[in-house]
Amino acid sequence: MKKLLTSLLLMAAFTATPLAPALAVNPDEVLDDPVLETRAREISTELRCVVCQNQSIDDSDAEIARDLRLLVRERLVAGDNDEQVVSYIVARYGDFVLLRPPWQPNTYMLWAGPPIMAIMIATLFVVFLRTYQRQRNAGLGPDPLSPHDRAELDALVERIAATTESGSGPKTQFRAELAEGLTPPPPDTTDETEDSNVDAGQGDTRS
Amino acid sequence: MRRLIVILPVALFAGLIGVMVALLTDSERNSDLSRLPSPLIGKPAPAFDLPAVSDSVPGGFSTSDLIGRVSVVNVFASWCVPCLAEHPMISQLAGQGVAVYGINHRDKPDAATNWLRRHGNPYIAVGADLDARASLDWGVTGVPETFIIDANGVIAYKHVGPVTKDVLNKKILPKLREAEGG
Repeated sequence: MKKLLTSLLLMAAFTATPLAPALAVNPDEVLDDPVLETRAREISTELRCVVCQNQSIDDSDAEIARDLRLLVRERLVAGDNDEQVVSYIVARYGDFVLLRPPWQPNTYMLWAGPPIMAIMIATLFVVFLRTYQRQRNAGLGPDPLSPHDRAELDALVERIAATTESGSGPKTQFRAELAEGLTPPPPDTTDETEDSNVDAGQGDTRS
Repeated sequence: MRRLIVILPVALFAGLIGVMVALLTDSERNSDLSRLPSPLIGKPAPAFDLPAVSDSVPGGFSTSDLIGRVSVVNVFASWCVPCLAEHPMISQLAGQGVAVYGINHRDKPDAATNWLRRHGNPYIAVGADLDARASLDWGVTGVPETFIIDANGVIAYKHVGPVTKDVLNKKILPKLREAEGG
């Protein structure tokens, strides 16, 4: 609760202070009415300087940016609302002056592209993860050795164990170690049935 | 399904590369890549009324002067070097009987007058746009810019940058003929 309150206070503090310092706006451009001036600044940061292209007119020192800043203020003083000011400039310079492209047919791909890519990547990731997991589970589940191989291996272990010290302790331990060594690593090729065959084959050669 | 998952990203990537190559090798489009499309094309010329640059230069002119016949509006300034470079082409247009108007963009009246005296004045009338306010209404991003206005006062074409011989022959003249025909 306390944390929430703190973060809310912080947020309020940050929104209350103008984040961007005055860069290009000259003192003689500033309107007397602070409310109008704030609106002018907000509109200006959304409009592209058409000759510098990736600066807003609020940031740019270009003459045309200054002209547009003055135009924005002129329209505001004339009583236009924010949308009217923006559409006044868009009518002359096109959608390109908007630093934030509008949602309309020729920008659908622009806006939808990144989320679509993200969804596709996430889907592929999940699919691959699932496949991988299924294959791993499959490897741990049924015996990767055929019954014949298993019997042969068991017999081999018995024989080796018999030649070493007698007694059940070391024998079972040895057996466990052998079995562990023979457990196939998680398969990573795509085809499951092929995987287990290949792994069984490897088990054979190693034993 | 499994095959699709493998093929799909590769196909998408190949498609993307294809689109990029197509766009990059399209030279016609490439040469215009830095030029912004004007939303004013097909719209009536903006309302303006510009005074004369000085007593010795004919002018000024306003929106109503552009109605009645096909005309060319050329935005220029004496301080603009490309404007000097395109000046012979503009003069050639005027010599062919095309009604060429000049918007003198953010210029000193004396400098503009001298410039026109020295290099010749091809313009029927020149309007002084000292504060570039009219230029804003024309959607001008820099000088020089050249507009073709049809007989109804509608903007038919806009060329950004100097009018070279190539631009004159391949773009301006055909567009002028088109505007006169239509």
